[in-house]
Amino acid sequence: MQLSGNNRLPHRATLLDLAPGEEATLSELNLPEEVAHRLMILGFVPGSTVSYTRPAPGGDPRVYRVDGADVALRSETARQIHLDRSM
Amino acid sequence: MSDCHAGPGTSVSASPAGGGGVVSLKAPALKTVALVGPPNAGKTTLFNRLTGLRQKVANYPGVTVEHHSGRLTSKRGVEVDLIDLPGIYSLEPRSEDECVTRDVLRGDMQGIPRPDAVLLVLDATNLSRHLVVAAPVLGLGLPTLVVLNMADDLAGRGGTLNTAELSQRLGVPVVLVSASKGEGLEPVFEFLDGSLAVPLPAGSPFPILNNLPAGNDVPQCRAWATRLSQGTWKAPAPSLWSRRLDAVVLHPLAGPLIFLMIVVAVFQAIFTGAAPLMEGVEALVTGLGKWIGATLPESPWRDLMTEGVIGGVGGVVVFLPQILLLFLFIGILEDSGYLARAALIADRTMARFGLQGKSFIPLLSAYACAVPAVMATRTIENKRDRIATILIAPFMTCSARLPVYTLVIAAFIPERPLLGPLLGTRAAAMIGLYVLGFAAALFTARALKSSVLRSDGTPFLLELPSYRWPMLRSLGLRLVDRGMVFLKRAGTIILAVSIGLWILAHLPLTDGKSPQIRDSVAGSIGRTVEPLIEPLGFNWKVGIGLITSLAAREVIVGTLGTIYGIESEEDTQGLGAALQKDLTPGGAVALLVFFAFAMQCMSTVAVVKRETGGWKWPILQFSYMTGLAYVCAFAANRIVTAWLS
Repeated sequence: MQLSGNNRLPHRATLLDLAPGEEATLSELNLPEEVAHRLMILGFVPGSTVSYTRPAPGGDPRVYRVDGADVALRSETARQIHLDRSM
Repeated sequence: MSDCHAGPGTSVSASPAGGGGVVSLKAPALKTVALVGPPNAGKTTLFNRLTGLRQKVANYPGVTVEHHSGRLTSKRGVEVDLIDLPGIYSLEPRSEDECVTRDVLRGDMQGIPRPDAVLLVLDATNLSRHLVVAAPVLGLGLPTLVVLNMADDLAGRGGTLNTAELSQRLGVPVVLVSASKGEGLEPVFEFLDGSLAVPLPAGSPFPILNNLPAGNDVPQCRAWATRLSQGTWKAPAPSLWSRRLDAVVLHPLAGPLIFLMIVVAVFQAIFTGAAPLMEGVEALVTGLGKWIGATLPESPWRDLMTEGVIGGVGGVVVFLPQILLLFLFIGILEDSGYLARAALIADRTMARFGLQGKSFIPLLSAYACAVPAVMATRTIENKRDRIATILIAPFMTCSARLPVYTLVIAAFIPERPLLGPLLGTRAAAMIGLYVLGFAAALFTARALKSSVLRSDGTPFLLELPSYRWPMLRSLGLRLVDRGMVFLKRAGTIILAVSIGLWILAHLPLTDGKSPQIRDSVAGSIGRTVEPLIEPLGFNWKVGIGLITSLAAREVIVGTLGTIYGIESEEDTQGLGAALQKDLTPGGAVALLVFFAFAMQCMSTVAVVKRETGGWKWPILQFSYMTGLAYVCAFAANRIVTAWLS
């Protein structure tokens, strides 16, 4: 098995995989219930559309647009939010 | 912070009032009305618009959440008490804000009557997400008026709203207003008046209300909100200039640069901009002292007034302009929406010290005063991050340290240019003290976060509000609020300490005569602690100041003013000159270092106790800061003395 990036294993895409301006549908929040609840209240509900607006100047956190609002998440959180597509 | 003190009933139950249908609320008039809504919906703007100056701030018993209430009199002469509740996204008791809001709405909050009605304030430009909070609020069964705010913004960005249809679907009246412009508010007044016919939401014939989703089921609430907004609401286009501004403000290079420029500009304005105003206040205070001295006949009362009251309180009131300016800038940054961006930019740097972007806002406010800063930490959901921020906030150089720094620096550091006309030795010393406090804060944060306060799972989530023009009205109200708090402190704590000290400095009387201050009660207290502080280079007079300044840092200036005022008959040499005689350069530097680190502020201790829900953290914090101050002041005295000899 090759471990180079080009020939990757099937990988479930997360918010981290989005390029600026790109949008996708959320599939799952792989986070503790408490955190998932807060994210869902801010609009990160499975089935909703999220787009990646831009990173903060240092590259992290990143700003995502969901349901008409901009919400910033650190990449450690964004990594646990899965999208409805594979890459 | 603390657990929700759950009231007797724990489930949100629909009102049993059967019958349904429209109940008109004519007299008796409403008495208490609560303003509820998500953060950034403009609740406070509406509250200010409705109540103006007739409002007051207090804290809910046992918790830290500030409680704004105000009164208004309607056109029909009905008196209404408005309560501005904290911004919430749900009534699930997951944060302190949510606990407070839920308790007040259910009548479980001690000392606050259950509201007779609710104004549910939502942002019309964000309707589908804001409607989520409507489900649990309507489920309470209180007469409710849904106030959709930001009408101007909605129209400006091409959004539309059918209030009649939405009202029909919700079963409660809905109005579209612009709180910032004061437009569309008549129905709100009518509602408060009791002259707007209001159906009781619970048990109403509208099927959608009988199918309210459970408040804790977020996906269901969202689906409900989406169904409601479909066909009644056309979402506005994303705010173009918010987007354009963000492209600049969050630009990889320009962003941090703008951030730094704003921080520097704020400090520059506070120091140079406030100077003429402070001189003005000082002239007033001095003039008042002279006038009293000349007008009143010679008596102990006159001396108490001039030496005790004017010397003590007057010396502190001088700093009012500086404090107001700092709060003005923080208010502008907050209301414009920039502060959220600043938190975003600061997050990465703060993360290096184990903190997070949301700690930035309280730490910035701590430059004004640690008390509001400690209260501002409640936006940090992560408990450990919040406690860490509370513990380091008093290291930031608050405005109460300014009088002490200014006095000692002016007396001991000769003014010489360092960087041409840009920076002099005195300004450099001042900046050095700011850096010293900041470094101590970061060092402490690092130590705490890698030991007892290692982070738990709560992540950093930050909603970026759209940019808005700050409203003069709400800025003004906030300044009045903060100014009153400061003056109240000067008029109570500092006045009491000044008078008490003046009396102690004149006792015991022998043959009706006051003793030398050295032999007075105050003097002997000072001489008792002298052996303890002598290694730092302080004498008994500074010792008295250290004790009185336990109440508040700036009190030491008043105290020294009182002591030297009593001591020197001619009183022409000024406080700085008097200090020069009494302190060695080593002792002076040690005094500065001591004040940079020590937690000389009872208000902060009290607010930390309240915020953290016990004595553990404030005692730890006080001991740590005082210990650090002592050790560093000792070292500073030794180093400077050795260096100069």
